[in-house]
Amino acid sequence: MKAPKMTYARADSVAQALALLAEHGDGANVLAGGQSLMPTLNMRLSKPDLLIDINRLEDLAGISVEDDAVRIGALTRHAAVQRSPIVAEHLPLIAEAMPHVAHVAVRNRGTFGGSIALADPAAELPACILALGATITVESVRGRRDIAAADFFKGLFETERQPDELLIEIRIPCQRPGTVHAFMELSRRQGDFAIAGVACAAETDGETVTDAKLVYFASEDRPTLAANAVAAIAGKVWSDESRSAAMAALSEDLDPMDNLQGSAAFKLHLQRVLTGRVLDQAIERARAA
Amino acid sequence: MSDSGASSVFEGPNSHIGRSLSRASARRTVAGRGRYTDDITLPRTVHAAFVRSPYAHARILKIDTADAEAMPGVVLVMTGAELAERSTGPWIGTLSCFEGMKSAPQYAMAVDRACWQGEPVVMVVAERRALAEDACEQIVIDWEVISPTAEAETALDAGTPVLHPDLGDNLAFTKTIDRGTVDDAFASADIVLEESFSFGRHTAVSLEPRALLADYDPGTERLTIHTSNQVPHMIQAVFARTLGVPEHNVRVIAPDVGGSFGLKIHTFGDEVAATAASIELGRPVKFIADRLESFVSDIHAREHQISARIAVSKAGDIQALEIDDLAGVGAYSAYPRTSVFEANQVLNITAGPYKFENYRAKTTVVYLNKVPTSQYRSVGHPIGISVGEHMVDRAAETLGMDPVEFRRRNVMPDDAYPGVAPSGVPVNDLSHEACLEKLIGLMDYEGLLREQAALRKQGVYRGIGIAGFIKGTAPGPQGYYGSGGAPIASQDACTVKLEPSGGVICTVGVTDQGQGVDTVMGQIAATALGIPLDQIRVIEGDTDAVPYGGGTYASRATAIGGEAVYQASCDLRREILTMAGILLQSDAETLDIVGGNVVTAGSGEIRVPLSEIGRIGHFQLGELPNDYQPTLSATRRFRLTELPYIFTNGIHGAYVEVDTDTGFLRLLKHWVVEDCGRLINPNLADEQVRGGCVQGLGGALYEHCLYDENAQLLNGSMADYLTPMAAEMPDIEVAHVETPTSESELGAKGAGESGTGAAPGVVMCAVNNALRPFGAAVTAQPMTPEVVLRTLGKI
Amino acid sequence: MSDETKTITLTVNGESVTKLVDARTHLVDFLRGELGLTGSHLGCEHGICGACSVRLDGDVVRGCLMLAIQADGASIETVEGLTASGEVADLQENFVERDALQCGFCTPGMLITAAELLREAAPKTREEIREFLSGNYCRCTGYHAIVDAVETTLTQRLEKSS
Repeated sequence: MKAPKMTYARADSVAQALALLAEHGDGANVLAGGQSLMPTLNMRLSKPDLLIDINRLEDLAGISVEDDAVRIGALTRHAAVQRSPIVAEHLPLIAEAMPHVAHVAVRNRGTFGGSIALADPAAELPACILALGATITVESVRGRRDIAAADFFKGLFETERQPDELLIEIRIPCQRPGTVHAFMELSRRQGDFAIAGVACAAETDGETVTDAKLVYFASEDRPTLAANAVAAIAGKVWSDESRSAAMAALSEDLDPMDNLQGSAAFKLHLQRVLTGRVLDQAIERARAA
Repeated sequence: MSDSGASSVFEGPNSHIGRSLSRASARRTVAGRGRYTDDITLPRTVHAAFVRSPYAHARILKIDTADAEAMPGVVLVMTGAELAERSTGPWIGTLSCFEGMKSAPQYAMAVDRACWQGEPVVMVVAERRALAEDACEQIVIDWEVISPTAEAETALDAGTPVLHPDLGDNLAFTKTIDRGTVDDAFASADIVLEESFSFGRHTAVSLEPRALLADYDPGTERLTIHTSNQVPHMIQAVFARTLGVPEHNVRVIAPDVGGSFGLKIHTFGDEVAATAASIELGRPVKFIADRLESFVSDIHAREHQISARIAVSKAGDIQALEIDDLAGVGAYSAYPRTSVFEANQVLNITAGPYKFENYRAKTTVVYLNKVPTSQYRSVGHPIGISVGEHMVDRAAETLGMDPVEFRRRNVMPDDAYPGVAPSGVPVNDLSHEACLEKLIGLMDYEGLLREQAALRKQGVYRGIGIAGFIKGTAPGPQGYYGSGGAPIASQDACTVKLEPSGGVICTVGVTDQGQGVDTVMGQIAATALGIPLDQIRVIEGDTDAVPYGGGTYASRATAIGGEAVYQASCDLRREILTMAGILLQSDAETLDIVGGNVVTAGSGEIRVPLSEIGRIGHFQLGELPNDYQPTLSATRRFRLTELPYIFTNGIHGAYVEVDTDTGFLRLLKHWVVEDCGRLINPNLADEQVRGGCVQGLGGALYEHCLYDENAQLLNGSMADYLTPMAAEMPDIEVAHVETPTSESELGAKGAGESGTGAAPGVVMCAVNNALRPFGAAVTAQPMTPEVVLRTLGKI
Repeated sequence: MSDETKTITLTVNGESVTKLVDARTHLVDFLRGELGLTGSHLGCEHGICGACSVRLDGDVVRGCLMLAIQADGASIETVEGLTASGEVADLQENFVERDALQCGFCTPGMLITAAELLREAAPKTREEIREFLSGNYCRCTGYHAIVDAVETTLTQRLEKSS
């Protein structure tokens, strides 16, 4: 189980990385944290002609607050996000999700941007940034562009990023007063990819959810925004009845895939259970606030 | 000190028996200085990789190796047919003790047909493993796909493809045990309860994969095989016979072994092929199975479906039990231990703790186009114990009896031995009653009942499980091995030698995979000899160095190998005292050995150190009478003479919480009371139990080789085949009852596997105890959340 | 600019090393094959088992999920280095005393991971220790003894520093 022959280039600047991507396009893979790419190389499931190592692009790492948004550089390691006081203060949803992302050794190396760019449908971070309305910046020799998270995830490991584009940063609006968050997932073992999960960012007024983003992962081919479940509860005082209504409405939002983790019916059931629990927690937090 | 008072030797102030000494070898491995097979590199070593069948069943029409042979670094390409020409013939994995069993001849690599996805087909040997893999990708095979047989339930149906037409059908083996008057008992029973069970396929996932470094020297025609293995002498015999090298010219070395669990006691074609390559090339060939090929080439285990019914009286006595087992093994019966041993063991041990006489158990073992199955830690026991204990719980529940009370009433009494288990297997020196009572105290059963009741009112569903067991350990020649000419030794042996320095070399046929065999054997030898532990060196795992033995399997190392060490050490002690008596002109009976010195028995006055005995015995023999020639060494063997096994017993308790909305389980706590006879090293025994439990919990909750209808393995990676990890596993409290076996002077029984055997059953009992308010019971393992939710009718 | 092989210079267990490596060789194959540092093990080569754990610039990473060529200029520490420096001598002693290893194949990775937890020098519950170690597979011990050994070491260090 040894990786196939390939060539390797270490990019020392973003411009150099972009030039290599422009030159090699589909034949090249960007090597960031490598926590998902390296297994596929070792298993010979992917055979790029060229690996472009961006790990030395310090400009792409870092967390800062700019204009009511947190900017997370694509190369920021998961461990840095988990430790970040900025994230803890302004992006509590992401702070809550981080311990679920794999294990310590993987978080030390894996990158925030890598997780977004890979778009694994069972991953936590794509769901979180979708719930938070983030903007993703990509760049190529053709120029730089911003993509709303809602437009970014296109399908199974498929994104709006073009083969010659490099993910530069993710800008995530800071959590505003009056909004609450909650994150839950079910995985068989600590750090595994989820078999059901939901990221919730809600605006509340007392016991009433006025609006919310409920994003489900580990169900469909990409993180799924549930509009019907939210519509079932929006503007209503939280109660057993609205809880049941949200759970019932979820089947109009979500059509989970069968896979090794379980059947579609099983996953839909779990997502319904999480819907009730995550909203319970959101309301509880709203009360406490 | 006299030999007749054996127990006083073990319990005396200078005894090393019963002491929790740490393992000396652990100091090496903890520093990263372990020496595993892949850590050994010999000059000119080349590396093997394999092209494996992508299909579960397919005919090989043509193999084109030309491009591969031309690849850089490639030194050899060998097809299955070419390997067959260099072998003495195929294996047939049958043992004559399994009457009527049949299996097809199996070659080390597929010759004209592949019968499971993963069967090796072509070997490439190259300067580096990566280069060998590069060349594997260039081999072109024309396949004609044949319909596979993927399901055990339909394997015997007309119209199902027959794997091996020469066998006539897909039946490997069938057997029925029928004792007492089962039909009458069911006909007249107060209560009859029925249930069906399914158990998924597992595999061992030793962290170090299978590994081999073969080194054939064309000059001396001697073959040295370094291999991660539990049974060096069996490997010596099988490889020698298969490759036509005289057995005495084959040396097998098992260096540090990175986990084995029964995986590394079987014959694997890829390892034979790599060894053949070394003979062909006259240079060392290394083969390290990578994790992906491990999943499709290591033996698998379990995969049983069982229907069961139990008859009980209103008073609460078990009147009869009947089980009908269907086991789906792989494409061939594994060589030489077979693939039917597991089913046979299910029959032997189900409901083993209980006193009832009407027992019928049938198994039907069928071939499938899947990876061959065979012995894996606690062979058959997880299945039999789960079934037996579940049926017992259901009987208790139906009668409205507490499960503990029901067991108190039905277990074999501690004064009932020797006796037989319901299956008729002989059992002796068991302690079900003592273990049960100890467990109840250990786990605070009453307290748990109160907590459970209180939490249930809050909608929290916790379950308490109890599961007793018998466990077959340390098989003897009256059992299964040793019959039909299979090269599997059920005896084991030890040679102890006094060195000139006064140090003792103790060589044993049993092997260590981290259990602490070396430490335990040292403790036994030091105690029998009366010397400090650091004066002994134990050598194992090298057929050139140790007496012939079976190695380590079936929880036999301490029970069989330990007794051989004890006997040999007692012999050497006698000789040392005889020689000392001559030198000191004293009666040997008045002398003893304490702390490495010959002393006056009783007073302890030092007379002569062993270093002096060693010096004179090796260098100054002129000081001894001419008619006295000490050997200062002793070799003894030990085997069971009457019983097929030393059966052990014990009992587990489990406390779990079921999230009835999600089906997720939390393992809160696990307790074990084990009776493995005389404890040589309590801490090491405890750790065997704990590790065994978690291996069983893995099977109960997570592990499952999932196949599709084309017999393709769907989850052959560690990302998809879930093993137990630290976060979800419970703390495990272990206690002991010590009933020494009457079979040996040492009195030790096996301890290495019972945890794996009983943990799945006790967790299943606990889960079902939690689900009782819902009138639901889980009878499928692994007990995934989906299985639990389906049981609850929530999906 | 892109290479199939490259000469790299890195620090391994405090010593500078310069070697020519294939681009495709992962870090642990390099450490084991080129430097003879066989303490780091390969259990799965797809990032699940943790047997290959090494330290990269001070932090524990999966050695099989990183190419050797990427370590150019980096500092790598393996179990051999941690042993030589004495940093985990107490942890190793507790592993041996508590029999927190059997076959020992997972142990180097387990120690390197646990060392990172110990470095935080903060009290941890058994559950937190289990969670921290949850990316390291051990088939032998059932984890209980490993948790004990880490817990004991942490307690001893906290007592010593207070």
